Amino acid sequence: MSKSARKEGFARALFTLAAAISILAVALICVFLFANGLPAMFQIGIPEFLLGTTWKPGSDMYGIFPMIVGSIYVTAGAILVGVPAGILTAIYLSRFAGSRVASVLRPGIELLAGIPSVVYGFFGLMVLVPFIRVTMPGRGLSLLAASLLLGIMILPTIITVAKNALDAVPRSYYEGALALGATHERAVFRILVPAAFSGIMAAVVLGVGRAIGETMAVVMVAGNQPVIPNSIFDGVRTMTANIVLEMGYAADLHRGALIATGVVLFVFIMLISLLFSAIKKRGEER
Amino acid sequence: MDAVTAPEKRIMEPEKEQSMQSARAEAAGAEAKMGVEGLDLYYGEFHALKDVTLDFPKNEVTALIGPSGCGKSTLLKTLNRMNDLVDGCRVDGCVSLDGDDIYGGLPVNDLRRRVGMVFQQPNPFPMSIYDNIAFGPRTHGIKGKEELDVIVEQSLRDAAIWDEVKDRLKKCALGLSGGQQQRLCIARALAVQPEVLLLDESTSALDPISTAKIEGLVTELASKYTVIMVTHNMLQAIRVSTKTAFFLLGEMVEAGDTDALFTHPKDSRTADYVSGRFG
Repeated sequence: MSKSARKEGFARALFTLAAAISILAVALICVFLFANGLPAMFQIGIPEFLLGTTWKPGSDMYGIFPMIVGSIYVTAGAILVGVPAGILTAIYLSRFAGSRVASVLRPGIELLAGIPSVVYGFFGLMVLVPFIRVTMPGRGLSLLAASLLLGIMILPTIITVAKNALDAVPRSYYEGALALGATHERAVFRILVPAAFSGIMAAVVLGVGRAIGETMAVVMVAGNQPVIPNSIFDGVRTMTANIVLEMGYAADLHRGALIATGVVLFVFIMLISLLFSAIKKRGEER
Repeated sequence: MDAVTAPEKRIMEPEKEQSMQSARAEAAGAEAKMGVEGLDLYYGEFHALKDVTLDFPKNEVTALIGPSGCGKSTLLKTLNRMNDLVDGCRVDGCVSLDGDDIYGGLPVNDLRRRVGMVFQQPNPFPMSIYDNIAFGPRTHGIKGKEELDVIVEQSLRDAAIWDEVKDRLKKCALGLSGGQQQRLCIARALAVQPEVLLLDESTSALDPISTAKIEGLVTELASKYTVIMVTHNMLQAIRVSTKTAFFLLGEMVEAGDTDALFTHPKDSRTADYVSGRFG
């Protein structure tokens, strides 16, 4: 008995350690970000930093408001593009597609999820940007290009999570609707989709998280001017782009300001994560 | 059975059955609301129903009994074509509603409106009690709020659950107890004004008190609707139904007046089953 108890104790310690490592990683990131970012933020002044509209490291002006707005715009654009397409695809895959169509679509979507973001960036740079430059105003490197590209990039996340939510709706709901004389379409859109609503919202929130954190592809197509864009054809710089573009040569307060940008991004991601768990919890309560 | 012998058999059997049926129908003074004739049903290779011929008298309760896997639920699901959802399901023979072939010109959604179904497990939708009841009428084009209010109240009254839920119509239906959920499902089925009500072991997941309530309800409903119920509980068939059909291994062994079938079964297999010797 003591031998098996010792074995169990050892296994327990091993698993606890493994779990502790991921918690430790999050804690360390937190500590590093806040320890390096907050002093810079205080030195610049929190209102000046968060709401200042001028980003000129050469003149010691560090206002990241254009980047906050840029991240929100780009994410909102990606949601406008990706959410309707993603949810409708999930509904189609879950309830309409025949097994042959699904057997082609599903690996395609998995592949979409596996493509590195720099390859998406290339696609954006070689196809989307020239297309926008030729057919629309502006230079092509724009909020529109970034939104379209990100909209495509978040598709796999949204489709997979929303489809899982739809697949999990009990079959009895569907049968109940049909037994009342409802058509397949009505049963799907009036019963199954509402029943999967919290799961579908979770899919959207995960998509938002992915869009706001994406860096490489956005840097390649967004133009990156640290100015609030006036139209969807103007260039835009996101928080992630701000960090990656300047971190290589930044020093002192400039470096601190970039880390502080990371702090703001981290807070955004945390809020999204909280929203996600709240939605999930609500779904489980029902 | 293979395809060559099937038609031959169908020519012979219905005559025999029909004479039996009509004799009984005359005795009971009831006309058939639904009927199946020479019905064969296959799930892929499996022959689930074998040449079944049976009438369901109007405004009466017909019980289908038999051991698990005997085909009684399969027959029930054929009557509103829920079997269409099963891959590899094939139906031969005639199923009629008011004399019309339900596999002929009758659109399946019209059929399912006229032939309502209550399932074994209560399956209210995850929405409010009101919306659960209103879903059916809305499906069939009723949009007016007043009209829906009337239908919802009447359906819940008919299902003997109005008094329990009238103060919480906007609350989610999943908060109700199992027995209440099942009566809600009956109300939901009644809301589209069906002519026939199919009950698929609808009390087997419920406690005895809820079961008693639903049995009482079914007896009342029979004055307005033709009820066909599958049940594992023979006492329930005796309490509730006027006609009973006994199934074994996909075959309809015997059908007739409930009291007669239980007290003087004609077939020895029926006698064995109703006396509890197997099943």
